[in-house]
Amino acid sequence: MMKRKPILRVTAKVFMPFILLFALYVQFHGDFGPGGGFQAGVIFASSFILYALIFGLHDAKLVLPSVLLEVLAALGVLLYAGTGVVSFFMGDNYLNYNSLAHDPIHGQHYGILIVEFGVGLTVFSAMTLIFYTFAGRGR
Amino acid sequence: MAVSAFGILRMKNLFAVVMLGGIYSLLSALMFVNMDAVDVAFTEAAVGAGVSTVLMLGTLALTSREEKREKKSTHTIVLPLVVCIATGLALVYGTLDMPHYGDPNAPVHQHVAPRYLTDSETEVGMPNIVTSVLASYRGFDTLGETTVVLTALIGVLILLTGRRRRDEKEPTLEELEEQEDDL
Repeated sequence: MMKRKPILRVTAKVFMPFILLFALYVQFHGDFGPGGGFQAGVIFASSFILYALIFGLHDAKLVLPSVLLEVLAALGVLLYAGTGVVSFFMGDNYLNYNSLAHDPIHGQHYGILIVEFGVGLTVFSAMTLIFYTFAGRGR
Repeated sequence: MAVSAFGILRMKNLFAVVMLGGIYSLLSALMFVNMDAVDVAFTEAAVGAGVSTVLMLGTLALTSREEKREKKSTHTIVLPLVVCIATGLALVYGTLDMPHYGDPNAPVHQHVAPRYLTDSETEVGMPNIVTSVLASYRGFDTLGETTVVLTALIGVLILLTGRRRRDEKEPTLEELEEQEDDL
């Protein structure tokens, strides 16, 4: 589609790893700096949307098929809710992460990391899938 | 921001409107940075200026680029105008009672906020209190939000792909380029 626009293609290629890296940073550094699952998911999704815009929807779907995204979106919520259930069985309240590790502070840390990862997964796949469906309809 | 908002109102070219909407989002992201809410600014810049602009453009590609010219409208604008102004005045009147921005004696800063600020270091151990409130103290809310995102996704998928036939094949990049060359 954009074979004749080498500047766009090269710029997108150069930028994509940095956007992905930044998204991962926002995701896993969210407990120390600003950010969290939602922001990271959106940034991650925007990099794939950029890829799909420049290289075409078909190529993007080769990297990330929509079936996989559907599974990931559900998996994110499952991860979140599952963390709550696990803390249930460890003898604590639902979504209370105190008992996930030996001492409460570490438990909270792990709990928040896992939960934020779930949020990020869901938001990322939801955004990308919505873009796929919108872009795929015109064809 | 105000200029781009009025531009959006007056413009008939929907492409320009979408672009102005992106600019509006980016400016409000800057505003959030100014108010030290970097998290919100991230979200606004990525969702408002990035993803939603792209989605709008995708929608434009499906519909038309120009707003339909309306025939000379027959209904009067007096009643809607009165309703708008009255609602606006009521909202402004409502804000008069609210504490000033950043007032330390405001009720928001008296009730749970001090507890989060003082105790989250020992209870949760996160330097970023926003995250600890979001994911730990208010974990139920965030779970609900995530579920909302998933539900919205399911809704979009059902609405937009429900009626499409299964055997339709996506055109590949090469086919599209061939089509472009044919034109």
